[in-house]
Amino acid sequence: MKLATVVTPWLGWLTVVLCGAGLYLGLYGSPADYQQGETVRIMYVHVPAAWMALFCYTALAVSAGVGLIWRHPVAEVAARATAPIGACFTFLALLTGSLWGKPMWGTWWVWDARLTSMLVLFFLYLGYLALNSAFDDPQRGARASAILALVGLINVPIIKFSVDWWNTLHQPASIVRMGGPSVHPAMLWPLFLMIGAFTTYYLWVLMLRMRRELTASRLRARRRMQAEEAGV
Amino acid sequence: MKRKHKRLTFAAVGLALVGVAAALALSAFEESIVFFHSPTDVAEGKVEMDRRIRLGGLVEAGSVQKQADAVTGFRITDGAHAIAVTYQGILPDLFREGQGVVTEGRLRGATFVAEEVLAKHDETYMPPEVADALKKSGRWQEEAGKGAAKTGGPGK
Repeated sequence: MKLATVVTPWLGWLTVVLCGAGLYLGLYGSPADYQQGETVRIMYVHVPAAWMALFCYTALAVSAGVGLIWRHPVAEVAARATAPIGACFTFLALLTGSLWGKPMWGTWWVWDARLTSMLVLFFLYLGYLALNSAFDDPQRGARASAILALVGLINVPIIKFSVDWWNTLHQPASIVRMGGPSVHPAMLWPLFLMIGAFTTYYLWVLMLRMRRELTASRLRARRRMQAEEAGV
Repeated sequence: MKRKHKRLTFAAVGLALVGVAAALALSAFEESIVFFHSPTDVAEGKVEMDRRIRLGGLVEAGSVQKQADAVTGFRITDGAHAIAVTYQGILPDLFREGQGVVTEGRLRGATFVAEEVLAKHDETYMPPEVADALKKSGRWQEEAGKGAAKTGGPGK
């Protein structure tokens, strides 16, 4: 808890610095693409957002699973705090992907395996959030939604490998692939900076949200104790 | 302690079962998950031809012909087989010879009449100068097709 208090503002500053440098390099300091021209710059938001959508879901499922199996209350708080952030990243990836798809592919949306599985991920986030708050007893909500989160985990490898297993309109992976990245270093650097910025942003907001939630639950417990004392 | 282990076992077994179920379902629906078919699939008769299908591959070099009324004729190839395609309308910016495309339409006789043409782009990103330099030095590989022209159609 002490450590989190120290680290949190640093994460915030790190996000600002990484995002500033990444956006500057991405939008001004990097070359256009030989095929796509200037439109390629959507990549510097789209790829980190999609990456974090998968990362957050994995984090969500793991912490929900720890909360379910070992009954660890902080893990449950972490899972609940991660879900809306991940949902936003997923939405951002879908939105920027659509804006990118229109000029490059000639369509806003197609039902290919990558795009569809990504949409399913977005609905999994929404389903988790809905189920989590659907019960009067927050513990039952946490357990029911944890099961959904674990079942939905199967979608993560499906998204990742969808472009290899099936013919899709979406192109195959450019960074994590056999034979190294197929992105020119001049474009890879700003991309990595943006991925770093999105990651620190997630950790920063996660810390803020968890602290808020833990403080709120402590406040509730104290109020309950006070009420009981007053009643006696 | 005991219950904790029980829950862990339940979760592990449950996840494994979900994984198996998903794998079975996905391999059963493989045909409908595939976004497009290659000319080889069509030539080998793997595709039902009496309904709208998507045909994907590379635009064969030297095959693009502009005709009257914004009609474009070209051939889609996957290296093994090629199919003649006609399309009336505006083509996407990335459409060019050697580029991966996905077209949607019907086969009429030997010609595929497309109602929609989508361009695929590959997973390679580089500045134009680098692409030119690679082409000059002869180390250029036409990677554009790799994704679109995976011959043999769907599968691993």
